[in-house]
Amino acid sequence: MTAQPRWVRIVGALAVVSSAATVWLALWVTPPDKVQGNLVRLVYLHPPIAWVAIYLAFGLAALSSLLYLWRRTRSLFWDRVAAAAVEVGVVFNALTLVTGSIWGRPSWGVWWTWDARLTSTALLLILFLGYMALRRVPADPEIRARRCAVAALVAFVDVPIVHFSVVWWQTLHQGATVLNANLSPTIHGSMAWTLLLGFIAFTLMFVWMVAVRYRVEVLSDRIGDEELEVSLAERWAEGDQAEPVAAGTGNGNGTSGPGQPFVAEPSGSGR
Amino acid sequence: MLRDALLVAGKDLRIEARSRVALWQVLPFAMLSLVLFAFALGPGQLALRQAAPGLFWLAVLFSTVLAVQRSVAIESGEGTRDGLRLSGIDPAGIFLGKASAVFLELLVLQAVLWAGVTVLFGVHLRTPWLALVASVLATIGLASAGVIYGALSAGLRVRETLLPLLVLPVVAPVLLAGSRAWAAAIGGSVASGVSWLRILGPFAVAYLVLGLVLYGPLQEAS
Repeated sequence: MTAQPRWVRIVGALAVVSSAATVWLALWVTPPDKVQGNLVRLVYLHPPIAWVAIYLAFGLAALSSLLYLWRRTRSLFWDRVAAAAVEVGVVFNALTLVTGSIWGRPSWGVWWTWDARLTSTALLLILFLGYMALRRVPADPEIRARRCAVAALVAFVDVPIVHFSVVWWQTLHQGATVLNANLSPTIHGSMAWTLLLGFIAFTLMFVWMVAVRYRVEVLSDRIGDEELEVSLAERWAEGDQAEPVAAGTGNGNGTSGPGQPFVAEPSGSGR
Repeated sequence: MLRDALLVAGKDLRIEARSRVALWQVLPFAMLSLVLFAFALGPGQLALRQAAPGLFWLAVLFSTVLAVQRSVAIESGEGTRDGLRLSGIDPAGIFLGKASAVFLELLVLQAVLWAGVTVLFGVHLRTPWLALVASVLATIGLASAGVIYGALSAGLRVRETLLPLLVLPVVAPVLLAGSRAWAAAIGGSVASGVSWLRILGPFAVAYLVLGLVLYGPLQEAS
């Protein structure tokens, strides 16, 4: 358990290689766009990041929350997967907004417009920030898992509603959407391949990050348990040391020592 | 389930009627926010009139958070939740009861708030039925989503700060659709107002169903 499983390392290596290849293709091999010039290179970055954040990460989070709530598949595994997916998703969601903003500034002249897609992406980020805030509240793992699973589902149901409401809000307010107006409709051969590779690279990166994050979650849960046991043992040892000072057998710091008159409480009870 | 819901709703409303927290705290807060909005926008009637539906729904949203917090606080007394759990009442019934209590409180609040908007901002409804339907649908959604999150955050020490962060982004579509529908009811085309009901309706149904299904597991969790 402590060692990284082999497939995770392989996926990680593949992610590094494919992102490096994407960078190389995107910056050196593909031509600049007729209209957008070098700005078009953001197309290899921005859509794959958005794909990871909005579809992969939050989809996985909703699915594993559902599996957690369903009695037959209930296990902390799904809870941790959901947590890992949301965390990675939030980072990628923020990156989607940042890269979109960087792209928007030179091509639309503004950092932000109340475009339907932008607005719903921003709301999505806030929704799942709420999930992470809920997760940080200390609680019993089972209780926290159930709470978070419900929160994730409630947030997920909101996504299509947010999307439609914002689309209508937008279309009723202004004419056509500005998005896609600059994006050249036909995409050239090498550009298409680079874009595809970008999607693959970011998907691999996502899988690797979720796997690593999952492991961190497992380890941090375990460290929580072990810290408790260690500090309990220390307290017992203190008691052992304090009492027999008069008798002169001060070295009783092991749990197997003779000076253990009390029955230890079950170690999970304090959390 | 319905009988249980009536019991719970009756209990919550009776507590409200006797403690008057909603009357003396939530309602004045909602009115206060109207006045503050006017200060923020300036005294020009035109700007206020244009912003009226949005400000109205914003005030409703903030009051929803307060009403839900109040609804959770009722259950947070010594052993109250355990008592409710031990009473053998169907969790779905509890959800429905608490949601309907919040629903009724919010409807009353909206009526008073609208009177305030009419007087302070000088706006009148031309198609009242549209506004009423929008209000009812929106409030079902607000109350359901609010009570779900209320149960989620019940028993947490950080409840007061966490609840708005959880509830407000989820109910953002209600703010959007509600204020557009009301804008249509005030002076826009009725057809465009009706189209917003297509957001409010599914939202209300989705969160009502989610609450009925998920309240059981949530109650076990807290």
